[in-house]
Amino acid sequence: MKILVITELRQGKWNNASFETLAAAQQIAKDTLSAVSALVIGKDVAAFADELAGKNVAEVLRVEHDLLEAYTPDGFCVALKQVIESAKPDLVLFPHTYQVRDFAPKLAAMLGKGMIGDCIGYRYEGGKLVFVRQMFQGKTAADVTFSGVAPWFASFQSGAFRADLLAAHPSGQAPVNSVAVSLSAEHIRTKPLDLFKEAKSAVDLTQAPLIVAIGRGIKAPENIPQAEALAKALGGEIAASRPICDEGWLPMERQIGSSGQTVAPKLYLALGISGAIQHVVGMKGARTIVAINKDSNAPIFEIADYGVVGDIFEIMPALTEALEKAKSS
Amino acid sequence: MNIIVCIKQVPAKDAPLTIAGNWIKESDIGFEMNEPDSYALEEALRLKEKHGGEVIALSMGPERVKQTIKEALAKGADRGIHVADDNFAQLDPLGSAKALAAAIRKEKADLVLTGLQSDDHGFGQTGVLLAGLLDLPHATIIMAIEVTDRKMKLKRELEAGWFQHMECPLPAVLSIQSGINKVRYATLKGIMAAKKKEIAAATRESLGVSHEPTQKIEKIYVPTKTKKTEFLTGTPKEVATKLVEKLKFEARVI
Repeated sequence: MKILVITELRQGKWNNASFETLAAAQQIAKDTLSAVSALVIGKDVAAFADELAGKNVAEVLRVEHDLLEAYTPDGFCVALKQVIESAKPDLVLFPHTYQVRDFAPKLAAMLGKGMIGDCIGYRYEGGKLVFVRQMFQGKTAADVTFSGVAPWFASFQSGAFRADLLAAHPSGQAPVNSVAVSLSAEHIRTKPLDLFKEAKSAVDLTQAPLIVAIGRGIKAPENIPQAEALAKALGGEIAASRPICDEGWLPMERQIGSSGQTVAPKLYLALGISGAIQHVVGMKGARTIVAINKDSNAPIFEIADYGVVGDIFEIMPALTEALEKAKSS
Repeated sequence: MNIIVCIKQVPAKDAPLTIAGNWIKESDIGFEMNEPDSYALEEALRLKEKHGGEVIALSMGPERVKQTIKEALAKGADRGIHVADDNFAQLDPLGSAKALAAAIRKEKADLVLTGLQSDDHGFGQTGVLLAGLLDLPHATIIMAIEVTDRKMKLKRELEAGWFQHMECPLPAVLSIQSGINKVRYATLKGIMAAKKKEIAAATRESLGVSHEPTQKIEKIYVPTKTKKTEFLTGTPKEVATKLVEKLKFEARVI
């Protein structure tokens, strides 16, 4: 089998999720006795291609065009379709990034194929690859397989594989081959403009050692002061899952998850957070995770070190009091 | 400006899920409008209020899905299209997108909106696939839409707190990010008005869609735990005291 990994650059730097997917590909290749190729796409990407060639891959494909300087879904789809048709991989793997979500399903469909997105793992069973992904917001896992003939398309969630396990090339460098693609300005219908961040955030949650995070379980904005009092007693910062910030109950800068901040504090106290994957990717690196939730089946408990099944409105004030007592003693 | 909003009906957020083979047991649970899609619907209604035209709510699935279409009509959509399919949950993303695309092709839409992803399958592919199948430009994870002169200026969310402005011609397909707006509730007047609104029926057969599945859900199951969780029990006060001790002397994080 031939595996092709589509790597991703973000504003002129690697998106590190690329290396996790490359590590996944190396592992699948070992199980299935396959060869891995890695692809880098953009304008002037020679240095990136050379860096990829130092990894244990059979070949690096360098796809360059002036019109690929800025990412557009049209440009990437037109170019990558040509590469896939000529390179004929069986399995095309992507990191599950916002950019990949934006074009990869369409790329697969242009070739009449489907994509299994956002996978957290795989198994190789009886000569068949089984991809594991979450459904129902992480409440269940699902085994998904491809039907029909290759090429197959799949993406791996960030954190699903470890980039530090990526193997280097045994003899130094893999060959780098440029693949010419034909692309014209008419192909590209959308026009990317300025990149920007919203008003500079007053708080840097990535530096906070102690975080108290609230989710839907907080129910109403009137209840937030209770969580804030707990955060104060702990000496930590208050944060939230996406729905709370969508509602405007806390500012967006306090949002943890794939669309917000990624944090790795000493302590992460999750109050009424179910643990949907979009949230978990932003906090699973925390050293100690405490989850308090009324639903004993909430997926947050899968990653919690300490769990309390109960009513946060009873536990928050009790915990605030216990923390204050511990401080004064 | 004529807008089609793709809306999925999913199990209610607090519905207890019972796994049955490669899906869940659907009897005895409530269903509701997929929350990300409610933001897409709201955005469509706001664009219509500003620029005129019509909002069509398009949904696929078994008979019960009509209830969600009615909810969209009550909120202000002008008419609905129901692609009836009892096996919708087992369709792969490309299969459902093909059926939706066929229904969309019969209309004269300037804009097709979807939510970011569904709270059940969570494939998050429909909008992008529709763009491919309908050969329309698209953009995803949209946080703001400004329409001027057959063109849109969009604000797209990127990762790690970054955003990007972009231009996109019409017609187009957009996937809307949750939180782009504040979703309205249906008014009593809206609910009454919805009773007179039309819901057109279609099937994959009547739309002439043929599709070989590209993937299959083999089974679903409760995920295996990767971490050992110590559960603390007792009264709130006891739990709080235990937790503070654990954090102080065992985890040593406070």
